[in-house]
Amino acid sequence: MESLIDYGLLALLAVTALGILTLRNLFAVVMLMGIYSLLSAGLFVVLDAQDVAFTEAAVGAGVSTILALGTLSLVGRTRRDTPTIQVIPLLIVVGTGAALVYGSFGLPEWGSAENPIHHHVAPRYLIDSAEEVAVANTVSAVLASYRGYDTMGETTVVFAAMVGVFALLVAGSGAAASSRGRKP
Amino acid sequence: MQKQPIPRIATKILIPQIMIFGLYVHFHGDFGPGGGFQAGVILAGAIILYALIFGLKEAQRVLPIWAVVGCSAMGVLIYAGTGVAGLLLGGEFLNYNVLAHDPIHGQHRGILWVELGVLITVFGVMVGLFYAFAGRGRRRA
Repeated sequence: MESLIDYGLLALLAVTALGILTLRNLFAVVMLMGIYSLLSAGLFVVLDAQDVAFTEAAVGAGVSTILALGTLSLVGRTRRDTPTIQVIPLLIVVGTGAALVYGSFGLPEWGSAENPIHHHVAPRYLIDSAEEVAVANTVSAVLASYRGYDTMGETTVVFAAMVGVFALLVAGSGAAASSRGRKP
Repeated sequence: MQKQPIPRIATKILIPQIMIFGLYVHFHGDFGPGGGFQAGVILAGAIILYALIFGLKEAQRVLPIWAVVGCSAMGVLIYAGTGVAGLLLGGEFLNYNVLAHDPIHGQHRGILWVELGVLITVFGVMVGLFYAFAGRGRRRA
């Protein structure tokens, strides 16, 4: 039953991705991107990764859709160029995909308790965090306490994204530019 | 959207609930899914909804651009400041154990501050990105 849900969600993901590739109406593409995020969030729930699912639903399906719609109001709703198939990029993409699939044969068996990922630091986090941090959600303990440096780096990256967008979009076109324009 | 009563009133009813839910996600992050990042996005969603219904100008009257930029920098400072506080109290950088009289309390206090920093930065950045994209079209027109 659970694998049925998995396959259903994966099939819907594939259909949505094909729709994003082929549609020429960009408004529909943005909506499909939101649906893609929501479907991935569903997949993460099936994989017991509620924190990731929550983030995907809030950021991917929520805020990203709004930002993409904001971009659409700048660039228009329909795609103007006619999509053509270019051979070399297609070969590169297919080759990379084939290499990734080939590489996945070397991965340990999916869901097995013997996998290295379950034997490195995971047992320490799961067992010792109850005493060292005493927070019910181990994900919070790992993010904020054991991996505090990583999370600080992530926060700084988010801040840097803001600085970059403001430097590109806002600086020069904001209040300074409009007041300059209004001067007689 | 400005003259349609149903979206306006629905928004007015929904925004406080969205904000309360965001705070719930933040403070409940220790026990269930969620935390500062998700809470920041949800709180930003409330402001973005307000801007969508009542217009960008109204939203920027409630939350000006300088406040948004300030938020995104202040969160990082709160995060790093928590680390420095650990240093000053005799531990290592980002060692929360020394922040209170016993290590468990210190951990809880440190996680709360650090997550608050994440929340404030994410909130500021999400609203800021929306302002940047939405404001650009309007100035060109």
